[in-house]
Amino acid sequence: MPLVAILALAAGTFAFRVAGPVARHRVELPPRVEQLLSDAAVVLLVALAATSALMVGQQFAGLARPAGVLVAGVLAVRRAPFPVIVVAAAATTAVLRLLGVA
Amino acid sequence: MRSIWRTLPAGLDRRTARDIALVCVADVLVGASFGAISVSGGLAWWVPVVLSVVVFAGGAQFAAVGVVLAGGSAWAAVVAGLVLNARLLPFGFAVADVLGTRWRTRLVGAHLTTDESVAFAIRHDDPDRRRAAFWVCAVALFGCWNLAVVAGAFAGRLVADTDAFGLDAAFPAVLVALVVPSLSTSRTRLAAAVGAVLAVATTPFLPPGLPVLVALLGLAAAVRRPGRRSQEPSPEPLDLERSR
Repeated sequence: MPLVAILALAAGTFAFRVAGPVARHRVELPPRVEQLLSDAAVVLLVALAATSALMVGQQFAGLARPAGVLVAGVLAVRRAPFPVIVVAAAATTAVLRLLGVA
Repeated sequence: MRSIWRTLPAGLDRRTARDIALVCVADVLVGASFGAISVSGGLAWWVPVVLSVVVFAGGAQFAAVGVVLAGGSAWAAVVAGLVLNARLLPFGFAVADVLGTRWRTRLVGAHLTTDESVAFAIRHDDPDRRRAAFWVCAVALFGCWNLAVVAGAFAGRLVADTDAFGLDAAFPAVLVALVVPSLSTSRTRLAAAVGAVLAVATTPFLPPGLPVLVALLGLAAAVRRPGRRSQEPSPEPLDLERSR
């Protein structure tokens, strides 16, 4: 990833962050726009989670990784603490691989 | 900045301090895996480190590196990261009062605005407490996160086979843990489900990086189109659920 791309991402991100504190009292974000932005973030995160759980490149990733992510999903729905979710997912996948499951 | 530090202990209650510490522990783990995954995936050690300092947004960092490691172009990675970070726009408005009117605090505070620091700030109504919660969380996270990423980047060079430790599952697991609390309405869930199916289904055919952006079409499923409303068999009670 070239430095210029990193800086572009940083500049855009900072613009999103600083707009509110600077424009406060002058502009108010319409609720519809606010809702759309937060929905877009959720959709993107879920899609990223799904593709990175199931696929490696353009192929199916095998069973061990999705199984670990599934454990993470169940724990997250049950409101387990963040570190527990992440460690449980990695451990599940590691143990499955140790047992010979791809 | 000094006046901020002097008022901190008065504004920060024990419970908030403990919760901030817990979040730091979690983020250290996530940051270390970010550094390790990036480097073991083939990126130079400075890429995750610089990303963490100048972007300082975990989700977008993972998204950008995920796109690049899947073979996508750097610009697809920038777009994915920016779409994720667009949520920081309303966050900025939510914590604008906390950042005050001085330019230096505004600029520094804006850069340190994250999901976590905003979440801690908006838990309180009292201005001093809001300010204390925001700044303690923001500064602590900036330190923990960046140190953890550096540590992870160097550990990633030592660990030859990260797959054996299941580290490849840690990345989607982090995303799942981040996103599950936001799946509170059936409208969002529908959009996310449609988007995820589209992304996975198009991954074998589209260039890397693009499928995740295709998922944004799932947003259309969440938009109510007035002309078609009457044709829908059982409309969800959307407006009732929107109060978060």
